[in-house]
Amino acid sequence: MIPHLSVFGAGVLFALGLGVSGMTDANKVIAFLNPFGQWDPSLAFVMVGAIGAHMATRRSILRRSAPLYGSAFSAVPQRAVDARLIAGAGLFGVGWGLGGFCPGPGIVSAPSLGPSAAAFVGCMVVGMAITRKLEARLSTNSPPQ
Amino acid sequence: MERDPRQRGEGVVIPSIAMATVGGAMIGLAASALLLTHGRIAGVSGIVGGLIRPRDAATSWRVVFVLGLLFGGGLLVGFAPETIAEPSSRSMAAVAVAGLFVGVGTRLGNGCTSGHGVCGLSRLSGRSMAATLSFIATGFLTATAIQLLFGGSL
Repeated sequence: MIPHLSVFGAGVLFALGLGVSGMTDANKVIAFLNPFGQWDPSLAFVMVGAIGAHMATRRSILRRSAPLYGSAFSAVPQRAVDARLIAGAGLFGVGWGLGGFCPGPGIVSAPSLGPSAAAFVGCMVVGMAITRKLEARLSTNSPPQ
Repeated sequence: MERDPRQRGEGVVIPSIAMATVGGAMIGLAASALLLTHGRIAGVSGIVGGLIRPRDAATSWRVVFVLGLLFGGGLLVGFAPETIAEPSSRSMAAVAVAGLFVGVGTRLGNGCTSGHGVCGLSRLSGRSMAATLSFIATGFLTATAIQLLFGGSL
């Protein structure tokens, strides 16, 4: 129960942080990404605050032998930068500038029942499912290495 | 909601920067809480993607985290509705295509603003640095192209 409550609390804090920071205002996001309109550079400071707070605390967390409610800290895959990473992130950025939502703010905005937020989240989930399906098909079709 | 450009002067930008920094710190601390309690990376696209045909059995924490996001969104709707705004310069068709691109792109690129931009950059990951540069560049290019080619609305 307490492990679940802690994740739930982390999700709530994450959502409130997105709201306080301005990231759930899609017009503000679009204004941030467009220096040729009414440019609003303030959202750059979301990264400053987030990286500052996370960097300042993660070291002491990782000094523990294990997380509070788990057996180990999840290993981050150590792979090289490849075309798939750059192209995927690039496609994500096109969607971000096109709609004004990235995944977190999309989900946090969904309870507003705004049609754009709902359409964004629905299509995002479809996009994720399509990708997963294609990946599964490609990996079963390719000969064993 | 349309904003009067004249209201967006210095007096709006400074508090806006303070709110962005404080909100960002809340996001960073939430990511630290997930790391401390479950040893997991707070990447929203990875957490949501992991709910679709999950690869491993450990999905319950993902469900609970997304429920927390939705509950937090509900609190914003109830107590600070002005923090959530629909994109007034984008059609539903544009937003739908944007959702597809974000869904496919974040799965191919293994992360989004939170996973690469916050968690990845915090541990100085080269991959996350490259991914963040890529999505920031194409995000700016896309919104700027819509401004210059279509007058800011699409």
